[in-house]
Amino acid sequence: MTTAIEPHHGAKPHLSRAHLLGLLRDMVRVRRFEERCAELYQQEKIRGFLHLCIGEEAVAAGVFRCLEPEDAVVSTYREHGHAILRGVSMDAVMAEMYGKREGCSRGRGGSMHLFDAATRFYGGNAIVAGGLPLAAGLALADRMRERRCITACFFGDGATAEGEFHETMNLAALWTLPVLFVCENNLYAMGTRLERVQSEPDLHAKAAAYRMASEAVDGMDAVAVEAAARRMTAAIRDGAGPQFLECRTYRFRAHSMFDPQLYRDKAEVEAWRHRDPIDRLAGWMRQTGALHDAELDGIRRDAEAEVERAVAFAEAGSWEPVEDLARDVYTREVRP
Amino acid sequence: MTATVTPAIVTPAGPVVEAAGRTITYRDAVREAIREALLRDDRAFLMGEDVGRYGGCYAVSKGLYDEFGPDRVRDTPLSESAFVGAGIGAALGGMRPIVEVMTVNFSLLALDQIVNNAATLRHMSGGQLGVPVVIRMATGAGRQLAAQHSHSLEGWYAHVPGLRVLAPATLEDARGMLWTALQDPDPVVIFEHVMLYNTEGTLDAGAGPVDIDRAAVRRSGRDVTLVTYGGSLPKTLAAAETLATEGISADVIDLRTLRPLDLGTILESVGRTRRAVVVDEGWLTGSLAAEVSARIMEGAFWSLDAPVARVCSAEVPIPYPRHLEQAALPQPAAIVAAAKAAVGLREGA
Repeated sequence: MTTAIEPHHGAKPHLSRAHLLGLLRDMVRVRRFEERCAELYQQEKIRGFLHLCIGEEAVAAGVFRCLEPEDAVVSTYREHGHAILRGVSMDAVMAEMYGKREGCSRGRGGSMHLFDAATRFYGGNAIVAGGLPLAAGLALADRMRERRCITACFFGDGATAEGEFHETMNLAALWTLPVLFVCENNLYAMGTRLERVQSEPDLHAKAAAYRMASEAVDGMDAVAVEAAARRMTAAIRDGAGPQFLECRTYRFRAHSMFDPQLYRDKAEVEAWRHRDPIDRLAGWMRQTGALHDAELDGIRRDAEAEVERAVAFAEAGSWEPVEDLARDVYTREVRP
Repeated sequence: MTATVTPAIVTPAGPVVEAAGRTITYRDAVREAIREALLRDDRAFLMGEDVGRYGGCYAVSKGLYDEFGPDRVRDTPLSESAFVGAGIGAALGGMRPIVEVMTVNFSLLALDQIVNNAATLRHMSGGQLGVPVVIRMATGAGRQLAAQHSHSLEGWYAHVPGLRVLAPATLEDARGMLWTALQDPDPVVIFEHVMLYNTEGTLDAGAGPVDIDRAAVRRSGRDVTLVTYGGSLPKTLAAAETLATEGISADVIDLRTLRPLDLGTILESVGRTRRAVVVDEGWLTGSLAAEVSARIMEGAFWSLDAPVARVCSAEVPIPYPRHLEQAALPQPAAIVAAAKAAVGLREGA
């Protein structure tokens, strides 16, 4: 079962002003966090790979509104926004970016490997499609323990070419596992455009081969994402089995900080910037009188302050002692 | 989480441990271990290709599907990466999955999940997450199954920090290692050599969980230490028997746990015998035998009276015809020759 993209007012749930403000606040927090990360990368405070989701914030904003605290999340290496909107503290995420012991993975993982057991945030997985089998297993455990929770599994368009994607789609559909597969289709697998590597570039159509319900939505529209995710999570909780949500989105920044972006036109990036999910929601809210400029300024100031507190927290953090290098390789003590 | 772990072996279907001193096969011992796990811990389940209705490609799980049903003896699609990864995910979610992969050759399709996820998650998450999964697979040659079903790649897994790697070579270990492995909060990979499944012997009435930390001395001697594991243990014991008739007494060490290695037992033995031969069905280059040999060199160099010798598989894809297959594998005659050379060096000095 597939549906085409519709303008969100076609399927828009009744949303209160407070709810819309919440979506806006979520996206602004993630945006500001990542803009600051880019600066910190230039200052060499953050090292390694840094993958920003700037432009794609509407996906996480919409989906996380539909998850319950006991649900599980499996994400990718472009997951700062997912972690923050899941409820991992920005302090702990920023400290992890720095590699500090106070980070959400004790500094061991960095940008690509954010983990938080308390919010059931299972990474931060940097092997493309490698997280999908984990999501199936988490959902299987929930099913076997008769817990009514679901697992939200995020991955990019590139993952849908991997064997692990297809193996997991088959397994999840076959066993009717409670998984929401969220494909963040930003059109490029690193630097390779979708059509150059996908025999079926209409990604949500792939779900049909597994008899899995699927939808494609405008991933630049937080309300549309939330509406679809809400329908799907409700169906999953009612026992309908896994669902596939393709969110058509775009990253405004480079793939990582080492990417000169020779593979796409500046005009294309510019065109997508006109669909900025934050400007779009804010603009729509203004038109309907649901947002005043002072409120948006307030949201921005709050986000700025939260990010700066997180930077201060990370700066004040400590390095894990080298003596602890081998800690947590095994639980039981292991002789060298 | 409302897990139920029964503290003792209790079953309405009859005791798992039956009459004293039964004659059973290695295959039966593994099956009893799985059955005990499913009876004692309601978080445990078996999952893999053809483990259910078919009864397992090596008939290990025969009968368990009928007893425990399709949820707990779960047939999977042919998708090693997905079902091994699902086992890892289910372990993260609080279950105690026993994942069966038909052979180590097929496990290469799941290598990403085992190496990039199972082995890394605890450390990479700063100790927050644990992966208490047990992954069992057949390994080794001898059944004329040729080069895509016969290799011994356990040494590759033993290379990876975060994994515990076991190779039960005896009925007691086949029966007892699984339960202990399931209690381990970290991922454990168990290698069952295909030539051991039909081996028969007597298992004590009290046979149950065994430790998964220590190597075992399977035969005591004073002239040379033979270090081996898994399917090479019977061959090494046969070689030791031959050596005894020629007046050479061999210590035979069964590693049992390939990672982490029990160096203490190895070095204690080599310290006494002053000579070592390592027998390993993996290929010579980069083998587990190479690691054991290096550890002996590092830890017992000044005790050695001869270079450490290795008896490994020939560096070829294992071939189909019996004479070539056997020629590729470590054999008792080669072990005897290596041991005699080691001893001879000292006697000639």
